Amino acid sequence: MRRWYLLLLVPFAGLLYPPLYATQDPQLFGFPFFYWYQFAWVPVTAALTYFVYRKTRSGEPSPADRGTGRFRREVAS
Amino acid sequence: MSFETNAVTITVFSALFLLVTVLGFVAARWKRGDLDLLDEWGLGGRRFGTVITWFLLGGDLFTAYTFIAVPALVFAVGAGGFFALPYTIIVFPLVFLVMPRLWSVASKHRYVTGPDYVKGRYGSRSLATAITFTGLLATMPYIALQLVGIEVVIQALGIGGGHLPLIIAFAILAAYTYTSGLRAPAMIALVKDTLIYATVIVAVIYIPSKLGGFDHIFSAAGDALPKRDEPGALIPSGADAQVAYATLALGSAMALFLYPHALTAVLSSRSQDVVRRNMSLLPAWTFLLGLMALLGYMAIAAGIKVTEPNLTVPALFDNMFPSWFFGVALAAIAIGALVPAAVMSIAAANLFTRNIWKEFVRPDCSDREESQVAKIVSLVVKAGALAFVLFLPTKFAIDLQLLGGVWMLQTLPAVMLALYTRWLHRWGLLAGWAAGMVAGTWIAASQDFVPVWATPIIGATAYTGLVALVLNLAVASVLTLVLGRHGRADELDETRDVDYDELRETREPAPAVGAGVA
Repeated sequence: MRRWYLLLLVPFAGLLYPPLYATQDPQLFGFPFFYWYQFAWVPVTAALTYFVYRKTRSGEPSPADRGTGRFRREVAS
Repeated sequence: MSFETNAVTITVFSALFLLVTVLGFVAARWKRGDLDLLDEWGLGGRRFGTVITWFLLGGDLFTAYTFIAVPALVFAVGAGGFFALPYTIIVFPLVFLVMPRLWSVASKHRYVTGPDYVKGRYGSRSLATAITFTGLLATMPYIALQLVGIEVVIQALGIGGGHLPLIIAFAILAAYTYTSGLRAPAMIALVKDTLIYATVIVAVIYIPSKLGGFDHIFSAAGDALPKRDEPGALIPSGADAQVAYATLALGSAMALFLYPHALTAVLSSRSQDVVRRNMSLLPAWTFLLGLMALLGYMAIAAGIKVTEPNLTVPALFDNMFPSWFFGVALAAIAIGALVPAAVMSIAAANLFTRNIWKEFVRPDCSDREESQVAKIVSLVVKAGALAFVLFLPTKFAIDLQLLGGVWMLQTLPAVMLALYTRWLHRWGLLAGWAAGMVAGTWIAASQDFVPVWATPIIGATAYTGLVALVLNLAVASVLTLVLGRHGRADELDETRDVDYDELRETREPAPAVGAGVA
């Protein structure tokens, strides 16, 4: 199950070698590549982490961790 | 520029500040527990679920000072200041891997602090004390910086002159932290985070529309930055700038969750499942921080001139926003300083009580006394931070906070590596820690507290903290090999492999204390 953890190394590879993305072009919505490329990693990393979370999660979530109304339940209790 | 007093701004600001003050005191009754127990006062009874942990960690890690300093740095140097984005992207996968293991072992053995764990793992009081010392040393200036954030807001409100407003704000904070413990910042974080989100989202839509769009903002910044006295750049070019960028991002990410206030927020969550799930939700904060950083370029495009860089964001907001929304934005920043300041002082209090008071002064003190000492220490710590800001130059706190990251990183082998292996010898860890602390401090001081260093041998400009960590690990490894089995004392390890299993849901019920536990 822990082999899924390897996926979490992908953002490190994508971000810790700046020559990969330290350029002006191509631009997007007025953003130089350097900026929108890094912003794009935010949702990608979140999605990867969530995927790994689902894949490595053990058993059923406890009732408190499941379902709707979590905000109301946690904050109001 | 100077800020003028505006009645509307001050009214909006005061109303919001009053709201969180009331919340801070009411929080004592929330998810009620026996606040005379350290687990309750200092960790909220370890009952926080996904939503509250998200607000608390977000409010705790992305501090008001971050929201002032990052745009100010981007305003001053350009792309170099943007390393905060990759830093706060990679930190969450990293924490996803490491922290659930710490949560599991801490919950099993009821550890409240990092040094609690180190002592359990290595049976070494000296090593645990070294980690305690590092945590306290790094946290104090960090709290002081939150005060600097409040001071900036007070200046922007135009009611500067004298430190009275700052002292009042801090006295209120100290009072409700004392009575409510970690519940206070957890509850206030709900308000703070909402205000910050509202402010930033409005800012990044409204301000570019007034400045002619993002392409204009970037091109204005690209024109202005190279002409600075110390030229900046829109895109980091050259090996030095790029290695510095990457090592700062990596080193800062590795250091962040070693800080006592980050550990406190992690340990206060209900389960390791909550911790792991949050790591896929917290990047929402990263996105916000990235947008905040762009305010630095907007300030350039708007032609903002400031006397000190920390005023960049307030000056931009003052220039762009109507006065009532300026009040909302300033309240967001000021309240944003209260949450981390409270969590940090609680974390420092937990540290002192568990690892100094109980360890050296009163080993047999009762749970009640333990909690009482922590409450008092939280006051002392805040008074210390206040004195810091009142009597020492701001640069001193900023330099020390930079050093704080370098220092915290030196506890990584004893705290984080220990979660995976006990191979390193405890004396090796202690010697490595000492070597890293001394070398890191010395290098940073010799560079006038610029966080990067043109490292000999590897021939690149890298983050000082990482350089010191490499030395730290080298010393620890060599000593481990030299000492061999001598004095290893594996039987002192009170943890078992199974305690670390982060994939096994423990399902241990929260301690049944007090009434009305949800």
